[in-house]
Amino acid sequence: MIPTLLSVAVLVFFLMRIVPGDIVELRFAGESAFAQKENIDKERARLGLDQPLWKQFIGWMAGLLRFDFGVSMWTGAPISEEIRLRFALSLQLAIMATLVAIVLAIPLGVLAALKQDTWVDYVVRIFSIAGLATPSFWLGIVFILLLLIVFKWLPPMVYTPFWVNPIQNLAQLIWPALAVGYRYSAVATRMTRSAMLEVLREDYIRTARAKGLWEKLILSRHALKNAMLPVLTVIALEFAFLMGGLVVTEQVFNLNGLGMLFVDAVAHRDYTLTQALVLLVAFMFIFVNFLVDLAYAWIDPRIRFR
Amino acid sequence: MAVRPVDVVADVAEVHPAERWWAAVRDFCRRRPLGAIGAAVVALNILVALTANLIAPYDPLATDYGAMLARPSMAHWLGTDAYGRDVLSRILYGSRTAMIVGFACAFVGATVGAVIGVASAYFAGKLDLLIQRVMDIFLAFPLIILALAVVAILGTGMTNVILAITIPMIPRAALVTRSSALAIREMPYVDAARAAGFRHGRIILRHMLPNVMAPYLIMLTAFLGQAILLEASLSFLGLGVSEPTAAWGLMLRGAAVQFAETAPWMAIFPGFAISLAVFAFNLFGDSLRDALDPRLRTQ
Repeated sequence: MIPTLLSVAVLVFFLMRIVPGDIVELRFAGESAFAQKENIDKERARLGLDQPLWKQFIGWMAGLLRFDFGVSMWTGAPISEEIRLRFALSLQLAIMATLVAIVLAIPLGVLAALKQDTWVDYVVRIFSIAGLATPSFWLGIVFILLLLIVFKWLPPMVYTPFWVNPIQNLAQLIWPALAVGYRYSAVATRMTRSAMLEVLREDYIRTARAKGLWEKLILSRHALKNAMLPVLTVIALEFAFLMGGLVVTEQVFNLNGLGMLFVDAVAHRDYTLTQALVLLVAFMFIFVNFLVDLAYAWIDPRIRFR
Repeated sequence: MAVRPVDVVADVAEVHPAERWWAAVRDFCRRRPLGAIGAAVVALNILVALTANLIAPYDPLATDYGAMLARPSMAHWLGTDAYGRDVLSRILYGSRTAMIVGFACAFVGATVGAVIGVASAYFAGKLDLLIQRVMDIFLAFPLIILALAVVAILGTGMTNVILAITIPMIPRAALVTRSSALAIREMPYVDAARAAGFRHGRIILRHMLPNVMAPYLIMLTAFLGQAILLEASLSFLGLGVSEPTAAWGLMLRGAAVQFAETAPWMAIFPGFAISLAVFAFNLFGDSLRDALDPRLRTQ
């Protein structure tokens, strides 16, 4: 876990600095060449960009050890603050999309597996393949259009925290959650279907049927529980990706989440903020992976870590 | 007289290869109707991309300020955009962009990834470990984030977009082919090739790579859809193909959202085009996977 994060840190630090044009040049891009030179040097010194690379890197690392991410080069605000502002929204959206996905995916996937190669199976498969094919941002646009044309109503465009006004909050976030959740559910539905198909062919299912167990009980306790491992994996990994990867959907719904922050940070060549965000996304992914491994052992007693 | 295996191989290959190929195609259509439909739509899409200049009713770049935001009519089947450009023509030409990006990214991504994956499995040991660690770093990021990062470094434009989508695909392809190649490495024919003193490159490319064809093809078709989606997303953000090139994602940007209420056709139809193309690729890819992957076979 630590080595991967460390290499991510090294990689992003040096890649950022290879890219031509830094934040200072970008900021003074409008000024005349004469005024520029002096100001650029002054600004670089202020941001510490005139220091040798290794010094900058060690300074950054030393801060990280104390969980100090520094300040954003573009806004000057502390990075932990910038991220905290967006984190709640991204987390809530990711949780809501996950719920949408689970509610859709597991029943549909099980149904398709049970009725394999019938029209039910075909409909579910077409529905889920369509989910993979539909860009969430376009689905978002279509949602907004439908609401506008059919109900003459627009979801609120300003973010209200859940604990301030839950209704206002949900009225805004349910649409992006549905748009993203549909695509997300497609991935999970397909995984549920194929995992169920595999499990239903196992000997212990035949044994359970042979001893005359209820079909319902066989499904819920014998089949579904064993089919859940791969499903859990895709759901968890997808969740980690949702936290930072909703760049385009956030744009459509005018949501100020981590994805938007990332795009802005990259566009402004805001080294410190980009580095922090890249580490955050990587950390989230690795951490979720770790949790999935733990959950494996919990769900399947055959897997035990020594 | 000793048996000459080379002759046997030649004999089998000579029995009307075209006919056997046809039989395989017919079999695929009969057993997997959904896949066949997908393949037909893919073929249609490629055909449209190739002949866009012949079938498009208007020049996709021609502006007509007399017919801005015109409703769908006989003159403009799918209406016009904010510059009076014909939406249908732009969608038809947009399939060119989508197909070029899709095929270039999927082919290069899957191929380079497969070579790296097989090489990693073949050499094993420290090199394998090193390659795996590097791939792990890439796999810890969503595709779109990596693509954005590459665009930030290289800038926008068609070639850079293709690169930006291809690079994040490589580690994903490498991961999948590596796991298939691990089993192949232990095969007697690889041992035989090694004993015969072939060079590493030859063993990897001639002996191992053809035997990971199934995962390779599955990935190739999966990447095609993903690449088209990613290109649309990047173009939608204004970081992909740039105006005035006709591209589906680009058509959904800016004015399409701004005038969505009065001119919904601008926002609806290009999205349908994206969905239909990706849908067809996925449908075909899925059936291909079922047909190629024996573990998932239903019978």
